[in-house]
Amino acid sequence: MIWNEFIETADREKLKEIQNERFVKMIERIYYNVPFYRKKLTEAGIEPRDIKSIDQLKDLPFTVKDDLRDNYPFGLFTVPQNQIVRLHASSGTTGKPTVVGYTKNDLQLWSEVVARSMTMAGVTKEDIIQIAYGYGLFTGGLGMHYGAEKVGASVIPISGGNTRKQLQLMVDFGSTVIACTPSYAAHLGESLMAAGIDRKDIKLRAGIFGAEPWTNELRKQVENLLGLKAFDIYGLSEIIGPGVSMECECQDGMHINEDHFIPEVIDPNTLEVLPYGELGELVFTTITKEAMPLLRYRTRDLTRLHVEKCDCGRTLVRMEKCMGRSDDMLIIRGVNVFPSQVEAVLLEMTEASPHYQLVVNRENNLDTLEINVEIDDQFWSDEIKTLENLKKRFQHNIASTLGISAKINLVEPHSIDRSEGKAKRVIDNRS
Amino acid sequence: MIIKQLSVFLENKTGRLTEMTKILSENSINISAFSIADTADFGIVRCIVSKPDEAIKALKEKHFSVNITDVVCMIVPHEPGGLYKALRILSDNNVSIEYMYAFAFDHAASVIIRSESNEEVIRVLQENQMKLLKASDIYQI
Repeated sequence: MIWNEFIETADREKLKEIQNERFVKMIERIYYNVPFYRKKLTEAGIEPRDIKSIDQLKDLPFTVKDDLRDNYPFGLFTVPQNQIVRLHASSGTTGKPTVVGYTKNDLQLWSEVVARSMTMAGVTKEDIIQIAYGYGLFTGGLGMHYGAEKVGASVIPISGGNTRKQLQLMVDFGSTVIACTPSYAAHLGESLMAAGIDRKDIKLRAGIFGAEPWTNELRKQVENLLGLKAFDIYGLSEIIGPGVSMECECQDGMHINEDHFIPEVIDPNTLEVLPYGELGELVFTTITKEAMPLLRYRTRDLTRLHVEKCDCGRTLVRMEKCMGRSDDMLIIRGVNVFPSQVEAVLLEMTEASPHYQLVVNRENNLDTLEINVEIDDQFWSDEIKTLENLKKRFQHNIASTLGISAKINLVEPHSIDRSEGKAKRVIDNRS
Repeated sequence: MIIKQLSVFLENKTGRLTEMTKILSENSINISAFSIADTADFGIVRCIVSKPDEAIKALKEKHFSVNITDVVCMIVPHEPGGLYKALRILSDNNVSIEYMYAFAFDHAASVIIRSESNEEVIRVLQENQMKLLKASDIYQI
């Protein structure tokens, strides 16, 4: 089943024509509406009338996450605020979130790409889909929601968490599809067994899992536990949210919706574009988005692209499961976390940032975050209640900045490993 | 009458207390009084030692998180009602205690007190003829 046969199986020459036309208009939009881009393009010696084809992308400047922070909150919008109908936000590299805006058309295009994704997983209006991604500032919940409604499925907007209720509705409503993070899917599967629910009592057929890296081992585990076929979906809020790319039934990479998002893979060191099939950092240019188009946005995700036609009939380029990051971002319970955010919180509370370390573990398929903070003279006290209060304040500020809770451990000075004088900021025990 | 107490932050990890006392031992520093306040993850050792300045230097060199806290040490009779009588004086004078610990020897017991205002503790106790230990005395116990 293919949602938009015209685009998804288009001849690649035809697709390129569409891309060129949209790309030229996009460059005009950002050049004339966003001072940030006008400056960048002018510095690169480029004027909109020079741009004819996406072959010229390689000569254009990159955009990085810090550019979004520097233009916080609305500096990269190309339309006035009265045309923005939705705002979402994800983690920034420091205390400030990364903000994205959508016009009405943007929301329609988002629903379109998610509808294509749903269809790849075989979702139709006959399905009952339980959306257990978080609803709210995070793009996962609402993004999947509107795509599922566009397909015509019956949507259960249950959001994340509340495992008992998830299982109850799964049984009582007879959900046929579930969408959530893969680790939460595994947790649901194990909770199902623990609750003594017979797998015959649930009707799940497909799962759409994303927002965090996962292995093929976890895929098999989830498929066994929940008795479904697990599909991988990819997206990031800067580009649009979930639905940037999605796995079809052939499960040989995720098809990128190239009529909206043009992918490139670059060498993160030389910044040169790499040929198809080579591992590098994924870069996207959004050619249709109105509110906040991005030019050559560096995702920091490492992957390969494959252009050969897929057995499913789609001609859209496929990207492999991401193989890691070219920066230090962590994904914990589906939430993007940068160690620098923790540092920003500590700096708000103290004169100089104490040494700290993030320790990530996975217990019962759920990620846990602990933050070790070295005690130093600036917040030293010999009274337990003062130290306990300090811990509570850290805990509270970390939770409100990161969007996930963390256990804070006060530790002795010099107990965090330092190699060549530099403390190791992250210990990730999940892989 | 102010006494320098060592306060040491220790994680709840096997061997940390041993390591700390080893350093004191290697520097020929004697411990006169000792207590631990503990939580699930960490504890604070509070102790009175013979050479507090040397002790803090030796411990800091080994990266212990250690500071000096001012405390007061009073002497009470080692008999029923001894502590009650002393504490009654403090509470009657609205002096609140942050923490305290005690040890008894022969006919007397000494009580280490940390209060929001050590000066107040000293004044109230002296006015009521309670005996306080001088720093030079307790470091030699």
